[in-house]
Amino acid sequence: MRAEDILYPTEMGLYCAPGDFYIDPLRPVPRALVTHGHADHARPGNAAVMATRQTLEIMAIRYGEDFTASRQIAEGTTRLGGVTVSFHPAGHVLGSAQILITPDNGPRILVSGDYCRAPNPVCLPFEPVACDIFITEATFGLPVFRHPDPIAEAARLLASMAEFPDRPHLVGAYALGKAQRVIALARAAGHHAPIAIHGALKRLCDYHVEQGIDLGPLVSATDPGDAQLILAPPSAFASPWVQRFRDPVIAYASGWMTVRARARQRGVELPLVISDHVDWPQLTATITELAPQEVWITHGTEDGLLRWCEIQGIAARPLRLVGYEDEPE
Amino acid sequence: MKAFARLLERLAFTAGRNAKLTILAHYFAATPDPDRGWALAALTGGLDLRQVSPSLLRRLAGERMDAQLFALSYDFVGDLAETISLIWPEATTSGPEVTLSDAVALLRDTGKLALPAAIAQVLDRMTPPERLAFLKLATGNMRVGLSARLARVALAQGSAAQDSARSVEEIEEIWHGLTPPYTALFDWLAGGARPEAAAAAPFRPVMLSTPITPSELAALDPADYIAEWKWDGIRVQAVSEGGMRRLYSRTGEDIGAAFPDLLDALNFEGAVDGELLIRRDGDVAPFADLQKRLGRKLVSKAMLQSHPASLRLYDILTWQGEDLRALPLQDRRARLQAADFDSDRIDLSPLLPFTTWQDLTTLRAAPPAQVIEGVMIKRRTAPYVAGRPRGPWFKWKRDPMVIDAVLLYAQSGHGKRSGFYSDFTFGVWDGPDLVPVGKAYFGFTDEELKELDRFVRKNTTQRYGPVRQLAPLLVVEVAFEGLNLSTRHKAGLAMRFPRISRIRWDKPAAEADHLDTLRTML
Ligand SMILES: [Zn+2]
Ligand SMILES: [Zn+2]
Repeated sequence: MRAEDILYPTEMGLYCAPGDFYIDPLRPVPRALVTHGHADHARPGNAAVMATRQTLEIMAIRYGEDFTASRQIAEGTTRLGGVTVSFHPAGHVLGSAQILITPDNGPRILVSGDYCRAPNPVCLPFEPVACDIFITEATFGLPVFRHPDPIAEAARLLASMAEFPDRPHLVGAYALGKAQRVIALARAAGHHAPIAIHGALKRLCDYHVEQGIDLGPLVSATDPGDAQLILAPPSAFASPWVQRFRDPVIAYASGWMTVRARARQRGVELPLVISDHVDWPQLTATITELAPQEVWITHGTEDGLLRWCEIQGIAARPLRLVGYEDEPE
Repeated sequence: MKAFARLLERLAFTAGRNAKLTILAHYFAATPDPDRGWALAALTGGLDLRQVSPSLLRRLAGERMDAQLFALSYDFVGDLAETISLIWPEATTSGPEVTLSDAVALLRDTGKLALPAAIAQVLDRMTPPERLAFLKLATGNMRVGLSARLARVALAQGSAAQDSARSVEEIEEIWHGLTPPYTALFDWLAGGARPEAAAAAPFRPVMLSTPITPSELAALDPADYIAEWKWDGIRVQAVSEGGMRRLYSRTGEDIGAAFPDLLDALNFEGAVDGELLIRRDGDVAPFADLQKRLGRKLVSKAMLQSHPASLRLYDILTWQGEDLRALPLQDRRARLQAADFDSDRIDLSPLLPFTTWQDLTTLRAAPPAQVIEGVMIKRRTAPYVAGRPRGPWFKWKRDPMVIDAVLLYAQSGHGKRSGFYSDFTFGVWDGPDLVPVGKAYFGFTDEELKELDRFVRKNTTQRYGPVRQLAPLLVVEVAFEGLNLSTRHKAGLAMRFPRISRIRWDKPAAEADHLDTLRTML
């Protein structure tokens, strides 16, 4: 069987014909395999969902226990129709996985979902999996994206807090993954005081703690006490919620903060380059390491990666999947 | 270069004045000589380095990376120096950090032929933020929104923290005699000896006025004061000493290069305080004419002819080697009147005849020229002191112009107004369309700010990053001090000191003013 007949893009998302399932479907389908819990990949309303235990639990937290009629925890290998699937850590957020599709005869296809190769204290590291077709995101698919050491970025945040001890520091970070990572990084960089979190982050922070990830003392941002570091979803900065803080330093943790125009557009005073996606060196190194016969690119700035593959003599094609955000909130 | 890169990055993203001062003061305190002095020079436009052209940078980038990847990257980032700093191959050579002093020396001393290789070599040793700082320095494009004045205020604040407080006026007084990397200055700020004012024709810190209201005026004895027109030009200090001639703005920037005709006319030995004006056949031209000559490095002959600069004097600070600043104003005025300036470009601002405040009120209500923006009231016995003391000098401005405009865009503020939409773009009708004519950030109370914020959130039609476009519903009365022609604004006009003087919740947008009304105010 040819790769194009095993897995191909449809309006609903990537569809595996011999297995009769969709990966990260955009609309409700009979059977969905979900790479991770970000809202643009994991949506409610599918009849059956297969994902890692943590992704299923995160979906239940976000959408309610009835987000699907049938849950299946991905463990080991599973036979689905005419293919075998297995889930492997993606290093992106808690529970995130790559999905390997192995047909009885034909190329092995690895759908990496969103992934990251930098050490991340809040989830399992990316596992390189041998494959013939590597399906990758290209969120940061240009050589300008070289994420600095995240601990150094956390140190910049702490340095600003020391420079402006009277100003609360409000860090914009999306609720799943980024918020917990920023907290863990601040801890690793030496900030042990309570950190205040916006209500929208609470349930997912609690879940990380239940999963054994130490986030240190957290308090509510409605009653932050002496907490100088406050985390909130970026959308909160455009709402009157932010008016309760006097002369805050607005920070934002995202891979996009590498580019000044992007940071300016957000009205950020302290851009922090902290990303849960592979940067350019990691992206290209991963392709080199896996040495697939072909690279398919789901979404992002694919032109840069296509050009790189061309230079390297690697066959590549864009799938131009729509509906996936660059770095969702 | 790391600390300098950090400094530039923080300044580039910090809008608040106090926050900028804090960042600067910390940098100057933590950075050794001579790096901090080079940084001060870079920020205040005092560095004279070889300028690296964009085409040279492009060529360098082209040698190191794929042209197509570079083009895609540049397209995404939008800034050449930034693109190169991010995309430049990771450092392969390790070695000691390139200091700012090293970078300055390289850009100052390297010959044209050796420059490309030298730049490439130094980029190889840097991190991306350092590369950006270096390339901004090399292209002469710091753009951190910082005035030289603010840098000096930061120095003054830093000196206060070290128990050797020097005021910003004291710093300004010696500033023009100093050269980068300013080691003598930093030494003095830390308690060392005062640098000799080495410069000929130095700047003297300017005396400024405070506003006054009619009721406050009533409590003063008119006999103790003189009054004169407040001319709508640019307050300057003209100094001609020891063969050196300089024209300073009131914050001590040397603006002489744009006014060679006036420099030629400084045929005296002394320092005087006055208003820079464009004057044709004795008539003072509007501020817009003066604006045409500002900020130019080269002034054309035609411009010198059509827009001749002149000086109208208020005060005299030194004369023929004698410092007059400690004298009472009335004595200085007598010296000013006795002085011979020997030029038809220089005249004296006339004193206004009045015996009661009512006399002055009548005069102020009907000024003899358009380019008068009120009256100045000065105590006869006051010496000339630096800064803005409350009491000796008052400004009593003419009533502002007002128009009714419609709010079009809003952006959130910072500092105390964080999270509130407090920065507004407003417009007036031009036919069936509303055209933006200005921006206002103040004039309203805290209570009104909250109401405006609510209005913005309820009436947003579109978002562009931090900017919200508003449904054109709310009329505000905008007060402003004058109008200039402007090519930068769509409407061709720019207001001076616009502020929201009243929110007209009652007035329908259709009844806001038209652009023609504004044009007649020119
Ligand atoms: Zn994701
Ligand atoms: Zn995604």
